[in-house]
Order: sequence, then C-alpha cells, then structure tokens
Amino acid sequence: MSETAVKSPEVVSAQGSLPKRPLRWVRLAAWVALLVVLLALPLYLDAAWLKAGQYMMIGAVGAIGLTLLVGQAGQLSLAHAFFLLAGATGYTVLAGPTDDPRVTGLGLSPELALIGAVVLSAVLGLAFAPVAGRLRGIYLGVASLSLVFLGLYLGQSAEKLTGGTSTGRAPAQFSLFGFPFGNGGPQIEILGVPLRQAERGWYLFLALTIIAFVVATGAVKGRVGRSWRAVRDNEAAASVMGVSVTRAKAGAFAVSSAYAGLAGAMTVLWFDILKPDESEYGTYGINISIAFLAMVIIGGLGSVPGAVVGALIVNGLPQVLSLYSADLGWFTGTGGGALSPVLVSSFVYGAAIILVVLFEPGGLAAIGRRITARTTRKEEQER
Amino acid sequence: MNTFLQLLVNGLGKGAVFALLALGFVIIFKATEVVNFAHGSLVLFGGYLVVVTHEALGWVGASLVGVVGAGLIGLLLERLLLSRSRNASPDSLALLTIGVDVIITEEIVRRLGVTVPFLGEAWDAKPFQLGGITLFRTHVVALLVATVLITAFTLAFKYSDWGVAMRAQAENREAAALMGIRSSRVTATAWLVAGLLAGVAVLFIATQDFSGAGLSRGTHSIALAAFPAAILGGLDSTAGAVVGGIVVGVVEALSAQYISFDFSKSAVFLVMLVVLVVRPSGLFGTRESTRV
Repeated sequence: MSETAVKSPEVVSAQGSLPKRPLRWVRLAAWVALLVVLLALPLYLDAAWLKAGQYMMIGAVGAIGLTLLVGQAGQLSLAHAFFLLAGATGYTVLAGPTDDPRVTGLGLSPELALIGAVVLSAVLGLAFAPVAGRLRGIYLGVASLSLVFLGLYLGQSAEKLTGGTSTGRAPAQFSLFGFPFGNGGPQIEILGVPLRQAERGWYLFLALTIIAFVVATGAVKGRVGRSWRAVRDNEAAASVMGVSVTRAKAGAFAVSSAYAGLAGAMTVLWFDILKPDESEYGTYGINISIAFLAMVIIGGLGSVPGAVVGALIVNGLPQVLSLYSADLGWFTGTGGGALSPVLVSSFVYGAAIILVVLFEPGGLAAIGRRITARTTRKEEQER
Repeated sequence: MNTFLQLLVNGLGKGAVFALLALGFVIIFKATEVVNFAHGSLVLFGGYLVVVTHEALGWVGASLVGVVGAGLIGLLLERLLLSRSRNASPDSLALLTIGVDVIITEEIVRRLGVTVPFLGEAWDAKPFQLGGITLFRTHVVALLVATVLITAFTLAFKYSDWGVAMRAQAENREAAALMGIRSSRVTATAWLVAGLLAGVAVLFIATQDFSGAGLSRGTHSIALAAFPAAILGGLDSTAGAVVGGIVVGVVEALSAQYISFDFSKSAVFLVMLVVLVVRPSGLFGTRESTRV
C-alpha cells in the first residue's frame, strides 16, 4: 500500500505552517457551518431523503474504520462485511426479547446493546489479528475474504442468532434512556416540524457519525496513528524505533472492526430487519466489502474526511438516483437487463476507482489538499 | 469407500478447472506482481461471448470466440489501463482491477438478465459408469484439457524464449530489461494467456455437472474460489497453482458431502487460512525477506 498511501496530514500542514493561523479560523467556521446545516436538514427534507442521508452515514462510519486500517496501518482487508454482520447480529441478539422461543435474545437495553455490538466486533477483530499479523498485502486481503464466507455460512446456519435467511428477525427499536427513536413516545416539535422516526433517526445517526469522525481524527493525529503509519511504511524500522508491530497491527484491526460493527448495528436499524445473506452478494457480502474499499480508495487511502466523501458517493449515489428517478422517469425498465440506480452507481464507483488509481493515487483527499494549498498561497500573496 | 472415491474423482475434475484459473492469477502475478481481482469478470466475459455467438457459430465456433475473446480482453486491460500507470505500485494496480471487475461483471450480469445459459453443451450432464463410480463427462474432459494445457504451459515456460523472458522478468524486472527483454511484451502476453485460460475454464464452470447452474453471477463467485487456490499454492508458483487448484476442488467436494453444502464455500477459504497461518506465502511461494 505504500505508494498509494497519502502523506500524513502533519507533513502537509508543516509545510504550510506559516499562514496557518487565519486558515484555522476559516476551517473552524466551515465545520460549524456544516454542523448547523446538518442539524437543520431534518426540518426541510422529507422522510425519504432523510433515510437516504442515514444510509450515507452508515457508509461513512464503516469507511472511516476501513481507511484507518487500509490507509493508516497499511493492512488490506476485505473482511469489512463480516464485521458489519457481527455488529448487526450483536445488536439484535443483545437487545432481543428473552421470551422468543424461535431466536435468542438477551433483553439488554438498546444503548447497552449498541455498545456491546461494537465491543463484540472489536473482540472478533482482535481474534483475527494473529492471522492478520502474519500476513501482508494481497495475502492478507484474500485471507480476510475468508471471514466474509464464514459469515455467510454462520448467517445461514446460526438461525437462533440471525433468524435465518428466509425470514430474518426484527431488531429492537433503538431508544436512549427511554426516549424512543420511532414514532411513539413524547411528541416534539421544532419550528412546527414534528420530530418523528426519520428525523430522530437522522439525529441519532449524525451523532454516531460525528463521534466516529472525531475519534478517528484524534487517533490519526495522535500517538496511535503515528505508530500505525510507522508500521505501514516499514515494519522493521518501526520496531527498531520502539513500536510494537504486533500490537499496532492488532489495534488497527480491532478499531476498524469496531467501526464496522457500529456500521452494522446502524444497518440493521436502518433496514429494521436483520436478514443474513443467501448468497455471497447480499447485505453483508463481498460486494459490500468491495464497496467500502471503493469509498476508501476514492476518498484517498488513510484520509478520514476522504472516507466520508467516498461514502457519500458510493452509498449516496444509488439512494439519490432512485429518489430522483421517480421524478424524472429514469430507470423505468424492470426485470433483467434493466438499468437500476444500484447498477449505475456500481459503474460510477468502479470507474472512480480506476480513475483515482490512474490519475490521483491520493484520491479526493489529495485533490482537496491541493485546493486548500492553492487558497493558502493566494492568501499569502494578498498579504 | 465408493462415495469417497467418487468425491475424490469429482474433486479432481473441479480442481482441474480451479487450477486453470489459479494458473492465470500466478502468471500475471509472476510477470507484474499484480493480483488480478478482475479474473472473475474475464471468466464471465468469455462465457458471455459464447452465449452471444452460439446461435450463429455453433458450439465449437462460439467456444473459440469465447476463449479468444477472454484472452483479448485481458490483453486490452493490460494495454489500456495497467501499462499506462508504470509508477503505480502493484498493490494499487490490484485495487484498480477491482474497479474493472465491478464494471465488467455488473454489465454482463445485466445483459444476461434472467437467463442462465449452460455452456458445456458438448459434454454437459452425460455421466457414464466406470467400476461403480459415476463419472461426469465435464469433469473428465476438464481434467484432460487442463492436463494438456498446463503441461504445454510448463514446457513453454521452461523452454521457449517467452518462458525464459518471463522467468527472467519474474526474477528481476530491472535486470531483465537491461538484458534486452522487452518487459511490456512479457507483461502483455501474461495477461493474454491468463485471459485465455479463464475463457477455457468458463466452458466447464457454467455447466450442470460443475455448479448445477449456468452462466450467471454465481459463475463469478466460483471463479473467486480460484483465489484461495492461487494463494494457498503460493502466488508466484506455477506448480503451486496446480496443487492449490486440486486442493480446493477436493476440499469443496468432500466438505459438501460430509459437512454441508453451505459450508463447502467457506471450507475452501478456511483451509487456505490454515495454510497461510503456517506458511504465510503459501505452500510453494517464495518467502519475502526484509532487508534492514
């Protein structure tokens, strides 16, 4: 991964450290503005668009986790879909009712179940770490693919946990300290807009995404991120410098799995059903692993904001296309041979991967950095 | 005992096809150090050409078109995309092939729609008995064809100019270039040969005896099982590809019978995982060493 790996943000900011002061305020203002917009959106968009936005946030959380592993720590993984399934199943089982004879449930409160699902995924990631630690590059990529196939089998056979491929099982509705994220509960209105399921779900997902984002940028900037990059760039040199290579690699795998687990729990809440795949091309299949890899590559390996933008493209495009197509009369064909929003967005992200590798290995992050570099230079000239 | 023998024979037949696919991975990897994630889509492309030309050309003609077409698309990919990014690392080129794979596969699956045509018309679903064992013609023909092709390849690899150039390049790219070996030509032929092998393999994969299904998205996922075959044999070993292919075929056949059909797909990957834990670069792969 070394050549596609992006230059660490520190290096870039160090180069332009002189005119950084005014830029920092601009940047902060931009973040605040973005946050205000995101908080206000539910007041203006209807439920279908909010639902689409939630799906993009699922992608963002998962992609942030993968970009830490692939871009920062230099470990190629195709196992992301497996940890997605682990998180989804974890949440559903932990929060499930204890009195259902058909499936297992532990009856925990949803917020505890969500945390439990994340922890469970991290533990599973750690369990795979000894294997991951021994392998490198493509060998690791294909080895991690075996987890997806294992997940496919377990999803089919562990019906007590997953509900089986034919019916699946319903997850417990999420609630926070008794406040439900559905249509029930206390009625809240902001500016005349009632906060119902779609709006509440949006705020929940937004909060989770922001936490995921902040933790990841913190990790990248801090000691942990430095050790990951050291291991990525040269294992031998890293260990000479006192970085525990095994620990750094295992840590990256666990963190990335935890992110995927959270994304999985979000997925099951989004679909409102846990349904394991019948073939390897389902909700938790190879195609999903590849889609996450696509987000990360398009965003620029290792860049956290890049991963979010990649997720907006890969997960957002099919959603947006299908919402627009109803109005525009696109994709009216049905059955075999028809173009569907999912298909079109597959083409787009497939092409995006190719273009990124050919022309801008740093991905969207590098393009963004180039633009900021240019504006900074302009500011310098103006002064 | 008879069941076991039967399974072994079936596994060998399937394994021969996996070996053809794995050999494709290995050839490309040896020449370029790129892992071709688009191999499954080359398989589908070849199969699709057979389906399209079948009516006009008959089975023999259509199969030829399919095999050659798969080879040419491999060559085209190398010329149009991979050769243009000389400075990109092999790993990022592998990621590029993922993009290629998504596009080709989605388009062909879309074109196929709901039809799942069978391709091995000449031998499909005509079993015959031999000493208490039922032999599927698909498996027998696959075994024969694979043996011939792999032997031919091994001989060419050892004795022909192309083989020498290829081995030189695999050993040390720069030195080979300095000795006057045209590396772009070696690389291009590697992709061509890998594509041809994929085109042959699909004629066996999309049959009733092999998968029970015709050409569909499932064909692509079967081709994915050649991944563990190539990896567990060792990505840079041609002999490893053959061994890996057979291991995958036999493991799949045995686990489908003795454990469960659903498990057989993951069994292949689990066996690969075990091999990798013991030998991180496969059974016959060259160990990577770090110099400090």
